[in-house]
Amino acid sequence: METEFKKAIVVGASSGIGEQLARRLTSMGCKTALVARREERLSAIAADINGSTLELALPFVHDVRDFAAASELFEQIVAKLGGLDLIIYAAGIMPKIGETEYDPEKDADIVRVNLIGAMAWLDAAAKRFERLKAGTIVGIGSVAGDRGRRGNPAYAASKAGLECFLESLRNRLSQNGVSVVTIKPGRIATEMTQDLGTMSGMIDADRAAELILRASRRFGKTAYIPAKWWLVSKVVQTIPSFIFRRLKF
Amino acid sequence: MRPPASRLERVEAWGMSSASAAYVYRPTSIEGILEALKEAEECSIHAAFKGGGNSYGDAFQCAEGVVIDLSRMTRILSWDPATGVLECEPGVTIRAAWQHTLPDGWWPPVVSGTSFTTLGGALSANIHGKSSFHAGPIGEHVLEFDLLTVTRELLRCSPTENSDVFFAAIGGFGLLGAIVRIAIQMHKVHSGLLEVEAFRTRNWQSTFQVFENYEKMADYLVGWVDCFAGGRSAGRSLIHSARYLKPGEDAHPEESLRVSAQALPDTVMGWVARSRMHKLMRPFVRPLGMRLVNAMKYAMSRREHGTRVRQPLAKFNFLLDSAPNWKLAYQPGSLIQHQSFIPKNEAMTVFEKIISLSQGRGLVPFLGVLKRHRPDRFLLSHAVDGYSLALDYRKTRSNAEDLAALIRVLDDVVLESGGRFYLAKDSTLTPGSASRIWPQETVEKFVELKRRLDPSGLLQTEQSKRVFGDFARLSWDERPQVESP
Repeated sequence: METEFKKAIVVGASSGIGEQLARRLTSMGCKTALVARREERLSAIAADINGSTLELALPFVHDVRDFAAASELFEQIVAKLGGLDLIIYAAGIMPKIGETEYDPEKDADIVRVNLIGAMAWLDAAAKRFERLKAGTIVGIGSVAGDRGRRGNPAYAASKAGLECFLESLRNRLSQNGVSVVTIKPGRIATEMTQDLGTMSGMIDADRAAELILRASRRFGKTAYIPAKWWLVSKVVQTIPSFIFRRLKF
Repeated sequence: MRPPASRLERVEAWGMSSASAAYVYRPTSIEGILEALKEAEECSIHAAFKGGGNSYGDAFQCAEGVVIDLSRMTRILSWDPATGVLECEPGVTIRAAWQHTLPDGWWPPVVSGTSFTTLGGALSANIHGKSSFHAGPIGEHVLEFDLLTVTRELLRCSPTENSDVFFAAIGGFGLLGAIVRIAIQMHKVHSGLLEVEAFRTRNWQSTFQVFENYEKMADYLVGWVDCFAGGRSAGRSLIHSARYLKPGEDAHPEESLRVSAQALPDTVMGWVARSRMHKLMRPFVRPLGMRLVNAMKYAMSRREHGTRVRQPLAKFNFLLDSAPNWKLAYQPGSLIQHQSFIPKNEAMTVFEKIISLSQGRGLVPFLGVLKRHRPDRFLLSHAVDGYSLALDYRKTRSNAEDLAALIRVLDDVVLESGGRFYLAKDSTLTPGSASRIWPQETVEKFVELKRRLDPSGLLQTEQSKRVFGDFARLSWDERPQVESP
């Protein structure tokens, strides 16, 4: 079953995949609320979009760490949009973590942005969509969430948690006609990954946004972006733990 | 501030082509309506009224606003079998009305193709039926009604009292207030049967000829048009003309006037439950299937041509009820109807062009229905001295853009010929169409009444925002922006 989106919220729309998602949605005529923390960048993106698409981008400044404010802002945005078909939680951080660094504050911040912020926004959407028996929820996970790699434990845990949360939502809501889509990007060239340098198989954020929107139209889909990462991930998941712990990546 | 989340519901166009979420209230009294209006005012959101929900498009939708569903105001307040005057609340359906009055020999003066339309909704849309060419729309038979306005007035409206409001609120789609009490003159009948004649025609010319020949003597006239036929067969139709029986023509009127004598059978062809018909229809509701169905219907009409039979009033009038939820046969996808009203001298040329344009773009309407109309005195009247052609199109994800483009072209053809549209069927008119459909002074007069009765612009539907874009902006600066086409 394919879906047409007319009113959407993109949380984390001031850069990377979120920004490109907002640009693509508005270019298709979808009225889109852009939610992000960095006001200046957000306003610039919205102004740029609206210059060519009849005021379809509505900017809302919000820090996803402010969980308590999410529900109220969600209601305000829906009222302003005049409805809602789609919500995409694309906010995420991946700070550099040293190989011997164990910083609970840093870890907690990753979980706050990547997971708890998602719960706050997607719970608000789930409540509405369940009642209306319609709507699409999209969460951006990561292939990093498939195994506990040594590089960034909190990031991997936050993405694994998000994917599990999305699966639970899917199991709750699919019978009510609500589609919950999990996106698992591989290597995407964004600000967040710029410290990693150029890697093989990397795609740009605009291409990723195109693939994400395509997957979002498929009911209850879990999609690796690009698709080849499905195979990579399956291979990685089959590596026995006693070998995996010796691997450097 | 928002209304309680427990009231949030999906409100879908009857044709399933659009839906929006709204806070739905279902009052059973005027106090309940006032409470819902107060809620909308306190939350600074729009409100709209809904009847049976049978409008094909967004005439009763109010996205993120309050929808006040009046279908639970179902009391019949008085009935006088001597004069045929029925007084009732707006949620009384046409079905409930005729079931109440037919045993006494009275039938609704105008009925829609479904009997599930509420009388409040019927007045708000100013519905017409197959008798439109002489009976006019339903508003012509309304003696008076009470209109509850946003300013908390209860206005008694009739052709002589508050007549400006009377002629604007009928056909005003609830934008001026809620019709909370209706007094309507029913039509005297001497039998529960109609005498129905069928005519098969070969092309547009003979179709219009039959309409012209029978409009003087018939009480009802309706034509089914095979929209797949082209060339010299374009416009080939099966026309039904019906008339009420005169006193004495029915030897046992007491039997035919019984409600049970009007009941539609529970099964079709003796074995398919009517409620499941849409499932049987679904495989055929595709371009190829409907081409076949239309061709077969026309071929079979040969046997019907020239016959004269007696049919129960309900069976003849409520064809759409013979397969409940038949719209579901259009899934996956939805149904949009394009019904244009064209002055009689232009009608044949315009309809030929409309069908030909549709065929040329590979978007042939699955069903075409031709009716004759006459002008009326209502402000936002859809009728002209001419004909209407109602065309059912299946909208899918893959044809949505092409269909929208086709409809825009068809709208231009209609408007250039001085034609009009019926908002109860509309889901596609582009923003600001009101000033193209009606003369400027008509729109201004409606805006003026709106300002008087609803100064804050509380009452707005998705359709009114679309069709009366400028008028809505004039009424309420804070309203949501009109979306781009």
